[in-house]
Amino acid sequence: MQVPARFEYEVAGTVGEAVELLERYGEGAYLLAGGHSLIPMMKLRLAVPEVVIDISGLDDELRYIEEDDGALRIGALARHRELLESPVVRERYTLLADAEAMIADPLVRNMGTVGGAVANADPAEDLPAAFVALDSEVVARGPDGERTVHIDDLHVGPYQTSLEHGEVLTEVRVPRAPQASAYSKVKRRVGDYASAAVGVALNMSGGEIEDIRIGMCGVGSRTLRARGAEEALRGQSPGPEAYGRAGDVAAEECDPIEDAKGTVPYKRDLVRVLVGRTVATAVERAAGQGVER
Amino acid sequence: MKIAVNVNGEKHEADVEARLLLVHFVREILGLTGTHWGCDTSNCGACTVFLDGEPVKSCTVFAVRANSHEVTTIEGIWSGTELTPVQEGFHVEHGLQCGFCTPGVIMTATAFLERNPDPTEEEIREAISGNLCRCTGYENIVKAVQWAAKNGRTQEVGA
Amino acid sequence: MAMAEGHTLGDRMPRKEDGRFIRGRGHYVDDVRLPGMLHSAILRSPFAHARINGVDVSAALELPGVHAVITGKDLDEQGLAWMPTLAGDTQAVLATDKVRFQGQEVAFVVADDRYVAQDALELIEVDYEPLDPVVDSRKALDEGAPVIRDDKEGKEDNFIFFWDAGDKEATEKAFEEAEVTVRQEMFYPRIHPAPMETCGAVADYDVSTGEMTIYMTSQAPHAHRTLFAIVSGLPEHQIRIISPDIGGGFGNKVPIYPGYVCAAVASLVLGRPVKWMESRSENLMSTSFARDYHMVGEIAANKDGKILGIRSTILANHGAFDAHAQPGEQYPTGFFPIFTSCYDVPAAYAEATGVYTNRAPGGIAYRCSFRVTEAIYLTERTMDVLADELGMDPVELRRKNFVKKEQMPFVSVMGWEYDGGDYEGALQEALRIAGYEELLEEQKKAREEGRIMGIGVTTFTEIVGAGPGKKCHIAGIEMFDAAELRVHPTGKAILKLGVKSQGQGHETTFAQIVAGELGIPAENVEVREGDTDNTPFGLGTYGSRSTPVCGAATAVVTRKVREKAKKIAAHLLEAAEGDIEYEGGRFFVKGSPDRAKTMDEVAFAAYTNVPEGEEAGLEGVTYYDPPEMTYPFGAYLCVVEIDKGTGQVEVKRFIAVDDCGVRINPTIVDGQVHGGLAQGIGTALMEVIDFDEEGNHLNSSFMDYLIPTSMEVPKYELGEFVTPSTHHPLGARGVAESPTVGSPSTVVNAVVDALSPYGVRNIDMPLTPARIWELLREHGVEA
Repeated sequence: MQVPARFEYEVAGTVGEAVELLERYGEGAYLLAGGHSLIPMMKLRLAVPEVVIDISGLDDELRYIEEDDGALRIGALARHRELLESPVVRERYTLLADAEAMIADPLVRNMGTVGGAVANADPAEDLPAAFVALDSEVVARGPDGERTVHIDDLHVGPYQTSLEHGEVLTEVRVPRAPQASAYSKVKRRVGDYASAAVGVALNMSGGEIEDIRIGMCGVGSRTLRARGAEEALRGQSPGPEAYGRAGDVAAEECDPIEDAKGTVPYKRDLVRVLVGRTVATAVERAAGQGVER
Repeated sequence: MKIAVNVNGEKHEADVEARLLLVHFVREILGLTGTHWGCDTSNCGACTVFLDGEPVKSCTVFAVRANSHEVTTIEGIWSGTELTPVQEGFHVEHGLQCGFCTPGVIMTATAFLERNPDPTEEEIREAISGNLCRCTGYENIVKAVQWAAKNGRTQEVGA
Repeated sequence: MAMAEGHTLGDRMPRKEDGRFIRGRGHYVDDVRLPGMLHSAILRSPFAHARINGVDVSAALELPGVHAVITGKDLDEQGLAWMPTLAGDTQAVLATDKVRFQGQEVAFVVADDRYVAQDALELIEVDYEPLDPVVDSRKALDEGAPVIRDDKEGKEDNFIFFWDAGDKEATEKAFEEAEVTVRQEMFYPRIHPAPMETCGAVADYDVSTGEMTIYMTSQAPHAHRTLFAIVSGLPEHQIRIISPDIGGGFGNKVPIYPGYVCAAVASLVLGRPVKWMESRSENLMSTSFARDYHMVGEIAANKDGKILGIRSTILANHGAFDAHAQPGEQYPTGFFPIFTSCYDVPAAYAEATGVYTNRAPGGIAYRCSFRVTEAIYLTERTMDVLADELGMDPVELRRKNFVKKEQMPFVSVMGWEYDGGDYEGALQEALRIAGYEELLEEQKKAREEGRIMGIGVTTFTEIVGAGPGKKCHIAGIEMFDAAELRVHPTGKAILKLGVKSQGQGHETTFAQIVAGELGIPAENVEVREGDTDNTPFGLGTYGSRSTPVCGAATAVVTRKVREKAKKIAAHLLEAAEGDIEYEGGRFFVKGSPDRAKTMDEVAFAAYTNVPEGEEAGLEGVTYYDPPEMTYPFGAYLCVVEIDKGTGQVEVKRFIAVDDCGVRINPTIVDGQVHGGLAQGIGTALMEVIDFDEEGNHLNSSFMDYLIPTSMEVPKYELGEFVTPSTHHPLGARGVAESPTVGSPSTVVNAVVDALSPYGVRNIDMPLTPARIWELLREHGVEA
């Protein structure tokens, strides 16, 4: 197929209206933001919505990147490019900029949205993994009002979030900036999804890794958090030994499948290698010396 | 659905299906065939146009999305008499062979130079990495963008 | 040598054709819009192998906006369900009894627009009875393998052909007597030309005149017209094929595809123009693939590296129909016999077995010079294996075996007469540009630091310019080519050609040829190609043949015109014809250079002051039958670095020295090399068309068929070498396929070199990170 099947089209004038429309049309209604995940699926007729609810016009309500009280708030319609270019993101949430530089290509990044990436829950999507590392939460608004969902509870399966059908993801929130962060991704070419990718955010204290979170994508049926690897690094002095141990644990914690990108042993080893490299980069950044974005 | 889209400075009204892709709106309804269609999966970038001044892949945008917005195509980035530095650069540096990817790359390069008028080679390669070319191996496309950067930003150069 | 008012042969002239492309005014097939035009879509088989028990199009016909649905059964009634291929086989236009590859054409929908046509596809019901497929060519001849071509009377296997060339006994003897022999199995995987513009046509049958006009993505409009006439029964003089701007060919637009035929049939039946444009996935799934050769390369040599014999064995996967474009029945492996290449090899032998599998048809495509890509890959990889066996520097091994320039014109043991070649010279230039000694030092240092760096070399001659009519033909038509030149009264000219550019810049380069021979600035020569109604008959553009054959025709016809111009000049100057000399657009009396006439004056006189006994006008047409092929050659070098942790390969440098003889436009030559190198790097590292055991196509979109972006290729370092062709009127050869011929082995040799300290001797393409990682870990290399 090359062009979508027919569908009904509604434009939401406000977030509230979008919620209403979702309720009115039920399960056959999909939200359209940047469209760069949904429309390709519709062209292949792998996604066949009865109704498309266009929320791309809700810039006033949903398109922003702000830091309030030490928390980073990203509106759902913020574009990938805006995240990449945001000075506050580059400086204080660097792994998001690292990740964005490797997401899709510059043209796709002009249209694709942060909210779309997080809500689409593609197991190979980078931003969810980066947000996992950042201990984020998402804000969703539904018929019963607004609620907050922690990122660890959001991605429950391939293309499945814990949000209800009638909820609109409005914001991704990072409660506090880590001391340092980094993101690494192995891909075969620009525009390719990750063969494996790892995002790390940490705080140092007294020369040791005080706190660390590690998100992974492309190596499981959903976005993953490498809790075991985190455990292996918490309270440790940084160095190849610690990274090696953490890498080994992370390699076992993920659940990749074999495909054109590689075998299961290959992907596990990528995770092992990337965890080591990414933690090292984050540690270097924390020390203020070196690997610039 | 009835839509009104400003394309290359002119308002166009049409009654279209919601599923009509912007690339087909531009090509089939408006007859602006300079924008091309080269793939099914939003990879090649031959369909690049400006949506409100931003280069996007028009094969991945519904025409209805462009309702009340501005679209610029390759036909609209120049005055009709004088070529832009980017267009001139592609000619001078042999940045095109079959020409099929060319309008898309020119659009991307034009927008890029407006934001980054003095880029490094690495930055140029990165900026055009969403536009596939099968003929040039990219070498002369990079040179074309470098030429344009050196010979005037949005100033127009004699055809 | 720039002229007073314009450009001539040899100049780096900016292209004349650019104007329309940079303005978005190119005119490609999908831009063609005719009054009343309908659109189409093809229903394709989801199965690799299945019997068709019925096709029900009734629901599709009822969809508003659908005008017709054509099935194999409908075509069969007109005797059009099958068509001949360029390889002497037959191919289904629309499937009747069975489908034989995933993506095969089953039904053709004609509708008001593309969207409705796509909708209609979903309403067609096909009763498929899946059959076991055979997908791997190595299993195609197994006992009990499913027979694919049971449409052929008495066919009980999947065998197509056995071919061999060279001296089998002499080669066997060489191997028996050699001090050293090496043998390397290798696979050149299936890949795809994937031009940015897919294939398509607009067929416009005019009921009132009986004329059929077909706008078509065609690299060979004249040959296609003749074939259409033969296949359809429509009279040839009433068929007009117009190949407008083509968005890249690379051999993809040489075969005739079912979509073209169906569009023509639909237009005939409906009396309205019908457009068929395929999607990218259709292009990747069903149009002419390339390569898919399992090969064994063997070299016999002395301990000092002197080659005694080369032998190659090929298993050729031709897909479900043998549809590749071969330049004559004696060349079912194209010009593979060039595989002794630039080496002075005393004995050589090659054999090939061609088989059917449940894959798309094709095989000769993607800038291959008719299988020279496979030949040079085989030889260059096996050379490196030999170098490894001998513990010899691969550069030294090659040097030791080069044909020397003093031996030119050299007749190889396979019977080709090379029109020049200074292989040592080209290699030295490549090594100089690369800084070979420094690179070896750098590699030593890198290895000490634990970095994995590789240097790869390829030297080659290839063979282009098909070809001499007694040897080369496409579907029986001899492979001459034609040029027709007319000079206008005001001294401008129009040149019409039998070839067809798909981006190679003919509107500029061929004008430069005329400028070089006649002094009319290239700016003033209009070049026309692609419309069978107003160009002379030629065989088209592929196999880098335009410059060798049609460039020669252009030089010859321009010289013919120059001869007549001399007569006119003699008349104007009141001198004897024998006393007239020509130089740079001026005709002057021998010994009195100020008694002269310009080309402009002569042109005007051709219409206003015609000499006694001469016809008015100043024009000519030449059909040029090349005496031989041409043999461009090159020396390439590549530097790679491999990430131990991830297996990713980075091409850090690529040096390419090419000799294509005299360069008509050096900038365009460079551009051709750039493009081919990118394709070769893509071939080596990321391009592949794979199938699973069920015959499902695994790379049918640009998400899965990966071609390089600007980020995956380096800045190329090109070198120029010029050794004129001994027989070509301009001393020129073709060049566009040299880079795809020479670069894959260069990259693979570099990667193997990088990994050779760990005992790696061969890796098959594509060298994906996963594959490199396997090798690293297998050989004990950890991150």
